[in-house]
Amino acid sequence: MSTAAPGAEFTVVFEDVHLAFERNQVLRGISFRLERGETKILLGIAGSGKSTILKLALGLLKPDQGRITVLGEPVSAMREEDLFDLRRRVGIVFQESALFDSLTVRDNVAYRLREEKVPEHEIEEKVREALRFVELEHTLDKVPSELSGGMRRRVGIARAIISRPEVLLYDSPTGGLDPITSTRIIELVVKQRDVQKTSALLVTHRLQDAFMMASHYFDVHSNAMLPVTCGSGIDTHTSFLLMRDGKIIFDGSAPELGQSTDEYIREYFS
Amino acid sequence: MELLSPIEIVKSNVSAVQDYWLLAMRSLSNLWRKPRYLADFLIQADSIGVGSLPIVVLTGFFTGAVLALQSSATLAKFGSLALTGQLVSLSMVRELGPVLTSLMVTGRNSSGMASELGSMKVTEQIDAMRALGTDPTKKLVTPRVVATVIMMFFLTIISNLVGLTGGWVVSRVMLGLDSNQYWSQAYQNLHAEDVTMGLVKPVIFGFIIATIGCYYGLSTKGGTQGVGRSTTQAVVAASVIILVLDFFVTRAIMLWFGSAI
Repeated sequence: MSTAAPGAEFTVVFEDVHLAFERNQVLRGISFRLERGETKILLGIAGSGKSTILKLALGLLKPDQGRITVLGEPVSAMREEDLFDLRRRVGIVFQESALFDSLTVRDNVAYRLREEKVPEHEIEEKVREALRFVELEHTLDKVPSELSGGMRRRVGIARAIISRPEVLLYDSPTGGLDPITSTRIIELVVKQRDVQKTSALLVTHRLQDAFMMASHYFDVHSNAMLPVTCGSGIDTHTSFLLMRDGKIIFDGSAPELGQSTDEYIREYFS
Repeated sequence: MELLSPIEIVKSNVSAVQDYWLLAMRSLSNLWRKPRYLADFLIQADSIGVGSLPIVVLTGFFTGAVLALQSSATLAKFGSLALTGQLVSLSMVRELGPVLTSLMVTGRNSSGMASELGSMKVTEQIDAMRALGTDPTKKLVTPRVVATVIMMFFLTIISNLVGLTGGWVVSRVMLGLDSNQYWSQAYQNLHAEDVTMGLVKPVIFGFIIATIGCYYGLSTKGGTQGVGRSTTQAVVAASVIILVLDFFVTRAIMLWFGSAI
């Protein structure tokens, strides 16, 4: 069990977290730490508890046992009404986007700022900036049902990053999308990681996305995602966390993962 | 289908009542907590109040009309046809106005709330709202509860008035009663107890309609099928609770005014 004292260097800390839904034990003693500026990719088969970890980190679910600390706040011990301030410092991109279907793209992206009573002219500026980041500035007045799945995911990213959160949680941002759209979204995630240096937990089923994130960086000069070359000294600050049956069976970097002799891990990646 | 033990069934029902109670109390305590969503309240007030007006007016009018028609045969046997106004007035104000308006608003709005919030729940929009730092009970539940309570109060008054008008039309056109006689009978026999009963009930029923609709919406599970189930359950539960509560509220007000036997 980890005994980390959550300090400034860690943004998310899980310590021996257990959770069951009725008789189904979903998480069995999860412990890990997410460093500031680090991106941790959560891998595992469907039902292994990856998305549950993101919901626990936001306090949307409460653990049965264990301790969760986010940005120094004891999320697992806080009351719902006390969590709202903390949640404003954390962004989340849901699996199915979870955009408010009766609001336009503009209102969806502006939602958090309106709640914070930010002046309207400032909101407009920030909404355009966030939508420009995901290259969807032209969709301002559309409603979510008029957008494709990939566009909805990108609006979800714009909504999550608009208030410049310190931690971002991505729940299968490329799930169910074609390879070209997936790469485009991964490029946005990498851009957010390397430009804003935001800490992130990312759940994915697509191994190619995970390895692309670990092996590419965003070059601001060419405004494109480029592969890390040997000897360049560029650190993508990306690590992997592999789950099986509610437990973490691997927590480390891409090279460490490649060297693993664990049979299940080798089978998973083959 | 999995068979549940009686203990499990009791536990889940007790837990549901507890969750409902907590949500209902939260919807009230939010009135003293910021932020307050005035725009959402106005949208709901328009949807519930103005939107329900046509059905409330229609049902109110024909309830009053049929009351006059049904009672006329019996009253005529005792030579008391002149009391039609009094009968329509007391029945509408004390009982039928509040209950029928509540049932109409239940069918229209409790189901609407359950399906709207249920759809938001199954598409993770409620979680998204919480994740964006908004308390869904403040943003979604409290405006609906306050709007329903206030609008039910006025809708019931309108329903009573329209019901009396329906009774008057039948009395005048079909029974040949004098208009002055009808209205003076209707007005002079209404006492504080009747008016209190007629105005307290819609407030209580409005609270039930909104909290039940929101509770079933927010506890929706199981995709679109679950939304349909929540909607049906909300209408059934709210209707039954209103009818049961009607008895107890009537009894309590009668005891309060000392008219209970």
